[in-house]
Amino acid sequence: MSKNYPMIKIKIQNEDFDISEETKNLHQNNTGAIVNFVGVVRGLDEKNNQIINSMTLEHYPGMTESEIEKIIFDSYKRWELTGVTVIHRVGELKPSDQIVFVGVSSKHRQNAFDGCNFIMDWLKTKAPFWKVEENNNKKNWVSFNDSDNQALKKWKK
Amino acid sequence: MVVKYFSWIKEHIGKSEEQLDLPSNITNVNQLINYLNEIDEKYNIIFEKKELIKIAVNKIYSSFDTKISNSDEIAFFPPVTGG
Repeated sequence: MSKNYPMIKIKIQNEDFDISEETKNLHQNNTGAIVNFVGVVRGLDEKNNQIINSMTLEHYPGMTESEIEKIIFDSYKRWELTGVTVIHRVGELKPSDQIVFVGVSSKHRQNAFDGCNFIMDWLKTKAPFWKVEENNNKKNWVSFNDSDNQALKKWKK
Repeated sequence: MVVKYFSWIKEHIGKSEEQLDLPSNITNVNQLINYLNEIDEKYNIIFEKKELIKIAVNKIYSSFDTKISNSDEIAFFPPVTGG
C-alpha cells in the first residue's frame, strides 16, 4: 500500500511568523498530534559571557530550500506524518525574536515528536544558514557547534 | 563559472560571487582551489584548512574530487549555523 505524502510548506523569510496560525495549517482530517519547535535569539552568549545586541542570518537561496526539502523527505520515509512546515527567518533579528519554526503533524504523537526532532537536528547541520552576532559594533560569525553533529548519531541506526 | 562565497569567507574575499573563465585543465574542485590560490593570495586563508570548508556544486553538497565545468555554480562556505 502506498504511503500518503504529508502536506509540506517551506518558507525562508524576513518576516516574523504566527505560531498559532502555522499550527492550524498543519491540521489534516487524519491529524491527531502536532509538535512544534520554535528557536529564538538568545540575549546572552553564555560561552563568552557577552550580551548580544542583534544577530543577522544569511542563507544560500535555492540550496537552503532544497536541503530542507531533502530532510523533510527523509523524515516522512521514516515516520508516517500528515504535515510538515519549516519556516526560517533571515536578515537582522533581536534577542527573543523567533528564528525558526518546525511544525510536524501526524496521526499519533510519537511520530510527530520524532519527526520534529529529526528535522531540527538535520536542519542545524545541513541547511545553509550562517549567523553573525553583533555586540558593541563588533561582529562575530557564530562557529559550528560539534554537539550538533553528535545529535545526529541517534538517527544513524 | 560562477563561484559563490558565504559568511566570513564572503567578507574575506570582499564579494559574494565572481565569474571565472576556467582553464581547460581544471576539471575538479581541488584543481579550482589550487588555481584560486595561485591567482591571489587572499584565497590562501580560506583554503588553509580545507577540511573546515564546505563545498556545493550546483547547490548540492560536493567534495574536493567532484568534477566541474565552466557552466557550473560552485559555492564555498563554512559549516552551517542556522536554526
